[in-house]
Amino acid sequence: MSFSPLDLAAISVAVMLLLAPAAAVSGSRTPLMVTICFMLAAIGSLLGAYAGAMAVASGSVGSAVLAVGLPDLPFHMRLDPLSGFFMTVVGLLSFIVSIYSIGYVKAIAKHRPVTRLIAFYALFIAGMFMVILADDALFFLVSWEIMAAASYFLVLFEDERIENRRAAFLYMVVAHVGAIAILLSFGVLAGIATVPAAGLGLAGADPAGFTAFRGYTFDAMRHANVTPGWATAAFLLAFFGFGAKAGIIPLHVWLPEAHPVAPSNVSALMSGVMLKTAIYGILRVTFDLVRVFPWWWGALVLVMGLVSAVIGALFAMMQGDLKRLLAWSSVENVGIILIGTGLAMIYASFNSPVLASLALIAALYHCLNHAMFKGLLFMGAGSVLHATGERDMDRMGGLIHKMRWTAPLFLVGCVSISGLPPFNGFVSEWLTFQAFLLSPAIPNQIIRLLIPMGAALLALTAALAGAAFVKAFGVTFLGHARTPGIGAAHDSSRTMKLAMALAAALCLALGVLPSVVIDWMDSVPQQLTGSSISGSAGAFGWMWLTPVASERASYSGAATFLVILLVTAVVWLLLRVRAGSIRRAAIWDCGFEKLTPRMQYTSASFAMPIRRIFSFAFGVRERVKLVPQAAHRAFPSRIQYAIRISDRFWMWLYRPIVDASFWAARLAGMLQQGRIRSYLIYSFVTIIVLLLFLK
Amino acid sequence: MNAHRIIIEFAQIAVVLALSPVFIGWVRMLKCWTQGRTTAGLFQPYRDISKLFAKEVVLAENASWIFRFTPYLVFAVTVLAGGIIPILSAHLPLSATADVIVLVALFAIARFFTALAGMDIGTAFGGMGSSREMTIASLAEPAMLMAIFTISLAAQSTSLSRIVQVIYTAGPVLKPSIAFAFIAFILISLAETGRIPVDNPATHLELTMIHEAMILEYSGRHLALIEWAGMMKTLLFMALGATLFFPWGIDATDTVSGASLAFVFLIIKLAGAGVVLVLIETGLAKMRLFRLTEFLGSAFLMATLGMLSFFILE
Amino acid sequence: MNLALAAQINSFLAALVLVTAFGMLVQKRVYGLIHLFAWQGFFLSLNTAIVGYVAGKHHLYISSVLTLSIKVFVLPYILHVLVNRLKIRRDVETVVNIPRTMLIGIALVIFSYHLTSPVRELSTLVTRSTLAVALATVMIGLLMMITRTHAVTQIIGFLALENGLFFAATSATYGMPLVVELGVALDVLIAAFIFGIFFFQIHAAFDSLNVDQMARLKEGE
Repeated sequence: MSFSPLDLAAISVAVMLLLAPAAAVSGSRTPLMVTICFMLAAIGSLLGAYAGAMAVASGSVGSAVLAVGLPDLPFHMRLDPLSGFFMTVVGLLSFIVSIYSIGYVKAIAKHRPVTRLIAFYALFIAGMFMVILADDALFFLVSWEIMAAASYFLVLFEDERIENRRAAFLYMVVAHVGAIAILLSFGVLAGIATVPAAGLGLAGADPAGFTAFRGYTFDAMRHANVTPGWATAAFLLAFFGFGAKAGIIPLHVWLPEAHPVAPSNVSALMSGVMLKTAIYGILRVTFDLVRVFPWWWGALVLVMGLVSAVIGALFAMMQGDLKRLLAWSSVENVGIILIGTGLAMIYASFNSPVLASLALIAALYHCLNHAMFKGLLFMGAGSVLHATGERDMDRMGGLIHKMRWTAPLFLVGCVSISGLPPFNGFVSEWLTFQAFLLSPAIPNQIIRLLIPMGAALLALTAALAGAAFVKAFGVTFLGHARTPGIGAAHDSSRTMKLAMALAAALCLALGVLPSVVIDWMDSVPQQLTGSSISGSAGAFGWMWLTPVASERASYSGAATFLVILLVTAVVWLLLRVRAGSIRRAAIWDCGFEKLTPRMQYTSASFAMPIRRIFSFAFGVRERVKLVPQAAHRAFPSRIQYAIRISDRFWMWLYRPIVDASFWAARLAGMLQQGRIRSYLIYSFVTIIVLLLFLK
Repeated sequence: MNAHRIIIEFAQIAVVLALSPVFIGWVRMLKCWTQGRTTAGLFQPYRDISKLFAKEVVLAENASWIFRFTPYLVFAVTVLAGGIIPILSAHLPLSATADVIVLVALFAIARFFTALAGMDIGTAFGGMGSSREMTIASLAEPAMLMAIFTISLAAQSTSLSRIVQVIYTAGPVLKPSIAFAFIAFILISLAETGRIPVDNPATHLELTMIHEAMILEYSGRHLALIEWAGMMKTLLFMALGATLFFPWGIDATDTVSGASLAFVFLIIKLAGAGVVLVLIETGLAKMRLFRLTEFLGSAFLMATLGMLSFFILE
Repeated sequence: MNLALAAQINSFLAALVLVTAFGMLVQKRVYGLIHLFAWQGFFLSLNTAIVGYVAGKHHLYISSVLTLSIKVFVLPYILHVLVNRLKIRRDVETVVNIPRTMLIGIALVIFSYHLTSPVRELSTLVTRSTLAVALATVMIGLLMMITRTHAVTQIIGFLALENGLFFAATSATYGMPLVVELGVALDVLIAAFIFGIFFFQIHAAFDSLNVDQMARLKEGE
């Protein structure tokens, strides 16, 4: 019996959906149950990834109508190359993180019940799969809500802390504002798609028209004749809604609050793949449902992407909390993905499908890469958190001596995310740069000139990300332990190490073999822009990546990797032959002799030059408190330094909204009298007014 | 792939390895002359390196494998960069593995790991050097890429050998975009190779050092590798500037004899580059760290003006 | 000299004019500013001569010489004397910080490129592409007047603005009629003298040349 990719995808969703209640019922308190549950989750995810990969490789489209749904409004499912690609991304990282969770959750289970964690974890993955597979607005929104609700409960997992409850609440508010925008966007498209089907008059008025109501399916929207004005409305609503989920600046405020407080395996999934569902939504609405759009849509996406990338990188640099740093870096990476998406939209609107597919490949490749390295980094941060109980980098240090496996694996993640060859982050950034440099092909003169300016901002982002991750790795793992408690740290369990090694290996593989990957994913731009680049990208075999043409640009990750490896090995061996002895000695202390670990650079001091240079971007509050000595004021006995870096968007944008809603709430609160009779009067007046209107 | 291309490739790497200490020796000699001191000779850097290779390694107590691995990696990356830049010939086989963006990223790898090594030993100096180095890099990199993109746009390629061929065949023309990119490139080279006014390669004064602060704890063969890689990096930046903006003299005929002629031209160009470098270094004073934003800002301005004039004036 | 080479030199000089404009925008020292202004005048006069040669308009030679004598020698000399007499040797303060001023300047260049694109498509002159640069020079001159607080730097900003206008005339229509140009040159010269007299007055009244002091002229404070 053979299964089509769509069948496999459906099975994997079913596994996940069944796992959630099963985990809840079985109680899953014993380590064995935890292992079994996450093994099942891993298998289900791998199945989903496999189904997606098959769909992308074959470029086929499979669709089905489900028996479930509302009466006369059944759910539609569809697996095409675009959804297949995102299935692969989600499935692959979920697979790795599920393996990681075996060890991680077992450790949590020692001191608190984990049933809720397992159940919502499975539901969360199922929700993401369903969002990607949905082929109608109803199923999409239901899945979207399942995903949001499950992740809300996961953020709330350690609900005894007030900051977690606050973060989860903020997350839910933003998620729902976004969901409303998406609902409205689909409403616009569905409304237009319904009109021709229902013929004359109102769509819902005629019962026959209602049973034949198909406007809510994506297929009907695809064939609808949307006027530019309504299309713009739908796009802006969708971009707002999905942007809130993706954490685009200025809709990002929930992201650095919610992602760090979730358990680390969940943070990995939220940052690594949940944000990608929003990217999927943007791509689906623009390239698949609306299809024809003016260039300024792309310019809007590009500008928002650039802003998110730069601000995200700057704020990542400022963070002292390891997981917050990673969360901010997700804002940055979503920005980079949007840069590619925006460029693809601009090129597509100027009828350059080849360039559009190059930019799209860059964006999609970065989606995949970001899932891998951000997953890896969050897993590493989880291991550190688990080993030390700390999230504050300034209390760590020297962990490389204690965590012999986690440290190099985390380093692989840092190198990848900083965009250094031969790892994967570089490939997608390189492709994005190439897409930037093709701007002279655009007929519009001013856009042609403005686009390469964006490349400078991308370069700034990449360099700032490099600085941020030197800080992240250097302060956490290198140097001396800053607090005595760190000394007891130990490396993580076997499954955790295995999962991180898997992600690290994928980071390297994606960096070394880009032409193979691009050859595989080429059916996606084929579907969306009607053009592909694999013909030129892999023209010189698996080792060489030559987008557009070989004389235009070429890169070989494999050759770069091999030459670096070879020269390193040769030099090492040569010097080994005539090795002088190595002697360990105390570090040079300028004759001071009283060096302490507290004299090391901390994360705050490391970030100081950049904080000062880019001070316009942050609200910085520094406080220095001197405690003078009794004998002489010039020699303080204690000095205290505190710094608070606040997000200006919160002050400028959200504070007024919060204040306004409190004001409105107080106003509405005056209605509350506590007397039953007043409430009856309200109802009565409402009915009277409504009847008056309906007359 | 032709055999003589591979010979030229290896010859070029050998030239970069052998010539870089001489170039540094030449720069130091010129500097001594301008300052009225006696020189240590053209080959003193060789003696320094060979002495360091012979010495034992004194490793900080706290140093991890990152600290020991970094010199080899930095050296390997620099050698690879030396194999990519078309210095002798425009038809290097390795040139296809990496274009100009990869080249920038290769130097970024070296910087990333040197900064980590600086933090590994756990002193204030190391952290200070790393922090400053990454700050300068994050300001210099956009300017660097802007300058490079200007040339790439003009040559319609980011491949180094292609750019060289395009500029070579176009002959010397007065293009404002290229001129701006060149000025920006000079400013950034000073920052990237740690010369005055950004960093002082000769100082070990606590408050001013940047690159030296990161590698303060290195000794023996590790230090030798780092120093040698640093010399190669300086040479490579000079050679990159020479080959991108003045490619004439490079071997475009794709023969061994052409490459040997290119070697002669290379020496002349490098000698000239050394003079320019020394004139800049002697004429300027080292800047305060926070004045550097203005310095690198001007580099960025020049690069951007180059790109603008590519679109506006050409 | 063929047309292609002339166009090349023309655009190169335009680039140099733009650089001097940016240089003035970020230069902190008064003397440096005056020298940059003189250089800008020099490039301008060279450019005018070349355009005159290419277009065969001989009256442009006269304006070229006029530019050379007034903007390279006379005006910088007057400014030198002023600065010496008024004893302003300190750094000139800027209002907006330098990197940000540069970014605004770049944005202005892009904006003027956008503004002049219709002209560029209609015009057939060799010099049409430099019109964007000329307009940018005008705007940067104005930006300089906004960001500086010192009266002398404001004058230099004004003169740079006038340079831009002159440049725009040359590149858009091969220069204004000679009579107009002579008149403008005379105006600029006289303006410089009047400014000089005003400076002494302002200096005597406020003991400073910071134009922010003028806020004190308002009544009722």
